[in-house]
Amino acid sequence: MSYPEDLRYTAEHEWARLESGLVTVGITSYATEQLGDIVFVELPELGRRLEAMKAFGTIEAVKTASDLFAPVAGEVVAINEALADNPALVNQSPFGEGWMIRVKPADAGDLKRLMNHEAYAQLIEEQHA
Amino acid sequence: MTTMPRRLLIEQGGPGHRGPALPRCDVPTRPVTEHLRGARLRAELRLPEVSEPEVVRHFVELSTLNHHIDRGLYPLGSCTMKHNPKINDEIAGLAGFALAHPLGDDAANQGALRVIRELEKALAAISGFAAVSTQPAAGAQGEMTGLLMIRAHHRARGEGETRRRVIVPDSAHGTNPASVHLVGYETVVIPSEAHATVDLDALRGALDERAAAVMLTVPNTLGLFEPRIREITALAHAAGAQVYMDGANMNALVGLVRPGDLGFDVMHINLHKTFSTPHGGGGPGAGPVAVAAHLEPYLPAPRVVERDGRYALDEDRPRSIGRVHSFHGNFGILLRALVYVSTLGPEGLRAVSRTAILNANYLMRRLAGRYDLPHPEHCMHEFVLSGRGLKRHGVKTLDVAKRLLDFGVHAPTVYFPLIVDEALMIEPTETETLDRLDHFAAAMERIADEAAANPQTLLDAPHTTPVGRLDEARAARELKLHWASSGAARPAAAPASARG
Amino acid sequence: MSFIGLSRDEEQRMLAAIGVTRFDDLIATVPEAVRLREPLAVPGPLSEIESRARFGEWARMNDADRMASFLGGGLYDHYIPAALQAIAMRSEFATAYTPYQPEVAQGSLTAIFEFQSMIVELTGTEVANASLYDGATAAVEAALLARHQTGRARVVVAGAVHPHIVDVLRTYLGADNVTVVADRGGACAEDDLQAALGANVAAVLYQHPNFFGVLEQPAALHALAHGAGALAVAVCDPIALALLEPPGAAGADIVVGEGQSLGNPPSFGGPLLGFFACTKALVRRMPGRIAGETVDRLGRRGFVLTLQTREQHIRREKATSNICTNQGLLALRATIYLGLLGKLGLTEVAELCVQKSHHAAERAAAIAGYRLAFDAPFFREFVLECPVDAATVIRAGRAAGVLAGIDLGRFQPEWRRRLLVAVTEQRSAADIERWLGALRAAAGTSRDTVAAAGDGGARRGAR
Repeated sequence: MSYPEDLRYTAEHEWARLESGLVTVGITSYATEQLGDIVFVELPELGRRLEAMKAFGTIEAVKTASDLFAPVAGEVVAINEALADNPALVNQSPFGEGWMIRVKPADAGDLKRLMNHEAYAQLIEEQHA
Repeated sequence: MTTMPRRLLIEQGGPGHRGPALPRCDVPTRPVTEHLRGARLRAELRLPEVSEPEVVRHFVELSTLNHHIDRGLYPLGSCTMKHNPKINDEIAGLAGFALAHPLGDDAANQGALRVIRELEKALAAISGFAAVSTQPAAGAQGEMTGLLMIRAHHRARGEGETRRRVIVPDSAHGTNPASVHLVGYETVVIPSEAHATVDLDALRGALDERAAAVMLTVPNTLGLFEPRIREITALAHAAGAQVYMDGANMNALVGLVRPGDLGFDVMHINLHKTFSTPHGGGGPGAGPVAVAAHLEPYLPAPRVVERDGRYALDEDRPRSIGRVHSFHGNFGILLRALVYVSTLGPEGLRAVSRTAILNANYLMRRLAGRYDLPHPEHCMHEFVLSGRGLKRHGVKTLDVAKRLLDFGVHAPTVYFPLIVDEALMIEPTETETLDRLDHFAAAMERIADEAAANPQTLLDAPHTTPVGRLDEARAARELKLHWASSGAARPAAAPASARG
Repeated sequence: MSFIGLSRDEEQRMLAAIGVTRFDDLIATVPEAVRLREPLAVPGPLSEIESRARFGEWARMNDADRMASFLGGGLYDHYIPAALQAIAMRSEFATAYTPYQPEVAQGSLTAIFEFQSMIVELTGTEVANASLYDGATAAVEAALLARHQTGRARVVVAGAVHPHIVDVLRTYLGADNVTVVADRGGACAEDDLQAALGANVAAVLYQHPNFFGVLEQPAALHALAHGAGALAVAVCDPIALALLEPPGAAGADIVVGEGQSLGNPPSFGGPLLGFFACTKALVRRMPGRIAGETVDRLGRRGFVLTLQTREQHIRREKATSNICTNQGLLALRATIYLGLLGKLGLTEVAELCVQKSHHAAERAAAIAGYRLAFDAPFFREFVLECPVDAATVIRAGRAAGVLAGIDLGRFQPEWRRRLLVAVTEQRSAADIERWLGALRAAAGTSRDTVAAAGDGGARRGAR
């Protein structure tokens, strides 16, 4: 399996994309496959300050609920409002329309501590070995 | 084959349709608005308007859509779906019991109070504990009641602030950590050993001065008895902790082992499991708690006491954790359980666990060749198979469960316990005959064959039920939770009532 | 006696198939030392003939089956239609498990959906669950939800709320977190409630009609709660809601209550039927089971348990409630009851309760020495101040063949002359006359101070 090259990844299956100084966050296609049909995404309010690798929200499938972890510390500057009415977007387009929040990072350098696509793909492979 | 009814009740009947008549008012009247002066009243009441025959047909039609224990096998692990004797219901329906009111004076309720006292005595004898409270309405509430009593015990000893942790094995029922959280304690999960027995080293490591309690299910959720149980309870006591037994699996022990003799301090007993009361499509149950003598002062108040052949309520319980139910618990369920115990007597109760264990082991060995059996030891009243071997055919445990419905049996408990991959947890109970067990095993074997030969049959199952597989994601996304949101069409509104 | 069908020969075949020679081989892990050797000290065995005799005798030791009941206090003797009894006793409903396999549980699930719909209508809210243990635990769950929602700890109980509900709230929340604002003249006074509110209050909880039967002023209480940033929780009686403005429509965030009176007998206080309804904004924190509509793979309408991620078996230690059951059979009975009585019948039941209880109250207050404790509107139940201890009236009632009421002295010693009286549609004019006779006998009087009521000549409590 391969994952987009322009993203960074957490071991909890979030991805992070740096664009124009802001970091967009979502969960990976691997995570959505494991969860199944997403029925609800609970996102933080705008302006909330997130700590790296602390929970910022919850994602619910039919019979599971999982915490969402912030890949980087920073302030929430946008949330994906479309998920409230259409949580299935996370299944349909995990790396695109299914994004969750946009963060103004405290230190953009934090992204370097996350995995690149190859390391993440290797992690998934190891988990299935 | 039955099908879904065409319409909901609100979509039937019409303005002016009505059920049974009520009597004419035989006292002098005045306008209701005058009696209720100052109160704001409702403008309209949108309830169904349907005649009695149509209401009867509606619910009878609905009833035909249910699987139930009087129809066929219900091998739900940990749920103990056994036969519900009809004499229990008949006696609970006697007017002297059904109409008894808990706020009448004790003189008006001697029979009802006696039922509670006699059941307490019987449950104390069966569990090997000193005292019983019948107040908790369900197993989960019994758990919380037990933990509140443990908390009161530690507080009384001046350790209320330090002892706040409850040690729970990873095989535990989900209610255990939920109950722990509710009383303000913290859960410490310890891993199980290879065969799901308690890891004594992990337990020793967790048993420090912060440990309030250890919660264990016996036999555990794999259906295995913990051979070192007395060592475990002694370890906990030496560390100053109390030991709670989740009584969900009491059907394996009744008449065979008394939990009080194993060193436990408190347990709950699910009357709707071991003691045969009907599940009612999801309740009511009852979850009395039994305690060792040192916890007796903390039992919920009031208590039923017996003095010179008369029964009374004792409210003067200064150390009690308080009340957990509006009244004395689910009396109608307590009564059914007492009738059941009285029907069986000592020998009959012993035969319960003995036959439950025999039935489970027989079924386990029959199915072991066709499904993975991760824990092949002799089991107690239930066992856990794994459907992981079917994955190579693209089939999951869920598909096996759905296909079983086509054979007139209910599915086992699936995906629990969490420590077994693709778990199928099977509890046949003692009231199933060899013939029924063989029929169930044959269905399971045929499904294993189908998984290899024609997996699509499983993936599309069930085929013969009133509805096919339902879209649970859609339900959770759209949240249509009542008539109005479902867009149910309703006959035109009735004219306002002309009475006054 | 047993419910086991197993011959000695079958047992031997089964042991052989398992691969053991005797049963004890299967339980080798159970230490010998803890195996029970002596017979259990339990009654029985009894045949059905013997059970009927023994328990029939015990049933007759209760007065309820031969006396007209004026007892209420949260549980009421309402009419139960014959058709309801016939349907609800069906094995298909009574002996089914929780509907975890929806394809073979559409009967139970559809009934839950209809129950939720009817509770939403009665309470004027937006969503309801499949039921909880009883009215008291429903009130607790409302308080817990409010605490999670607001992040505040304290719950204010406003006015005359059933003392047992207050007790259960204290057990669950801790006594320090429950503040009781006593009633004034039988109901909650706005000033008293205002004085008890503060920044740490999660919920204001009141009962309507309250424990004394008196109607509160819901809209005013809601406004005070919201003004303090707390949720407004109403504890209601579903029969009264046939007439009263639904609290949800008047701004309550959560409406809970005891649903026993909807087609369920008092059964010595259990099993009962807690109901729970709230605004849609709170649905993801709502405790208990919830049925929702969906479709099967062929597009046919069907129902499932939904929002399951709230439940304790998934959330485990993150769960906000440890309730994992509903009172399925009692909720079913309530649904059938509301279906049979329907819009017209339920309204008539409520109106009969109003007429009969007011008639009884007026007549009682006309007996020398008796008066109504409160000069306030009530629905079906009222408090009578007696010239003697309430226990004396109850004894006189027993002699006259009526259960005359509840002795409020059991809750507070200074209330020992207060009798709580409920009059439902089941009580005939003749029952009420017998009850009045008991009041007179207890007071040692045959004299009424005012001519028989019905002409509006009632005497209300002097204050």
